Amino acid sequence: MFVALSTVLMVMDHKYNNLESLRAGLSLFVYPLQQVIELPGTVSDWFGESLSTRRKLQEENDSLRTQQLMQKVQMQKLASLEAENIRLRELLDSSFEVGEKVLIAELMSVNLDPYKHQIVVNKGELHDIYPGQPLLDAKGVMGQIVHAGPYSSTAVLITDTSHAIPVQVNRTGLRTIALGSGAINRLELPYIPNNADIRPGDLLITSGLGGRFPPGYPVATVTAVQHDPGLTFSQVVATPLAELNRSREVLLVWPGVSTTLEPDRPADAANTVSVDVVNSDEAALETPPAEPDTAASAPADTATATEAATP
Amino acid sequence: MNLARHHGGGIIVITFIIALLLTIVPLPDWARYARPDWVGLVLIYWCLALPDRVGVSTGWFSGLLVDLVTGTILGQHALSLTIVAYITLRLHQRIRLFPLLQQAFTVMVLLILHQLLALWISRIIGRPGAPWYFWTPSLLGLALWPAVYLLLRNIRHRFRVR
Repeated sequence: MFVALSTVLMVMDHKYNNLESLRAGLSLFVYPLQQVIELPGTVSDWFGESLSTRRKLQEENDSLRTQQLMQKVQMQKLASLEAENIRLRELLDSSFEVGEKVLIAELMSVNLDPYKHQIVVNKGELHDIYPGQPLLDAKGVMGQIVHAGPYSSTAVLITDTSHAIPVQVNRTGLRTIALGSGAINRLELPYIPNNADIRPGDLLITSGLGGRFPPGYPVATVTAVQHDPGLTFSQVVATPLAELNRSREVLLVWPGVSTTLEPDRPADAANTVSVDVVNSDEAALETPPAEPDTAASAPADTATATEAATP
Repeated sequence: MNLARHHGGGIIVITFIIALLLTIVPLPDWARYARPDWVGLVLIYWCLALPDRVGVSTGWFSGLLVDLVTGTILGQHALSLTIVAYITLRLHQRIRLFPLLQQAFTVMVLLILHQLLALWISRIIGRPGAPWYFWTPSLLGLALWPAVYLLLRNIRHRFRVR
């Protein structure tokens, strides 16, 4: 009887996808377990914050301030470019949405099935998260939500073997699809004709086709292109720009909702960001081996990032 | 089968909860694929020790929880742990009399069966096959069984679970 029951469950879950509400309800029982696993991290974060010295905090404050200034300058340029872009598009009579509603979430430090690239995020249906929602980090697209529970949700990464994302080559506008390969630093582009114009180093951005991911976000850089005259398509491999196995805070995007931040969220969001920067700085200070790693990952558009990201 | 004989059900639940926690506790990258199947080990122990209390239904519910916490398709672990519990129940009188080492090998076979079912299901729903290290949890189960067995037996005697 139990065998039949579990078979029915599997078929319903896989074929018809109509167990989302059951999964969401049951995940209420799982949430306390995830919280218990989170506890040591939360406690050490809290201690680190409350016990860090004044000088350290000041240093951090300074570095953050310079960083903010730099970003402000870049933002100014971006704002003018954006305005120009909208003006030009108005001339061309095409619509273009700028700015989506975003929410900052944190990864929960729980491990899932090691053969699936999935992560748990500490925001759920109570924060308007829905299955299929795109997930980004500071550098690029990470994946999308698959199961949304009340307080936490599960996301699948773009490198999972079951995931495909519609992309566009930024240089030429060539549209294609990037498939997950099952390796955390590799995407495959199997549908590129042999005569297509694509080179290693090309930036792939989301094309917005399919309606799930908002257009224009960076996804990956092409690392290798192999033309085999005997085959119809060339073999193209790309490396995701998002730090899929390193990011701690992620952005959840509502495509098409064109407010940059909700009025009641900025305080919350600002909190999360500052806390996390403190943590990662400390981690870098306390554990020397972590430093070369982060340093190597900084030039994300070069091949060094590929080597550094190899697990 | 009167209720007065039963004692310490909470302890059984707690061991299962601890096993579930160990299932999702973060491990470093090199150890990710070598996570022992804690829930399977605990389930086999209780099926051997208290076959009239822990059985197929416990296996099913614990498997469903494993599916939820690890994000696999609902029912995968439920199915395979149900079958593991069933086989353990059928053979419990024999396995109990085995010396510890032979018991450990039997447990490994049960865990391999558990993983084999998981592999079949994931192939059926179109996921790629498994590399050789897919089987390390079963080998670890072999190595860990004596420790798990002695620990849980101590717990069972200490709290008089019966």
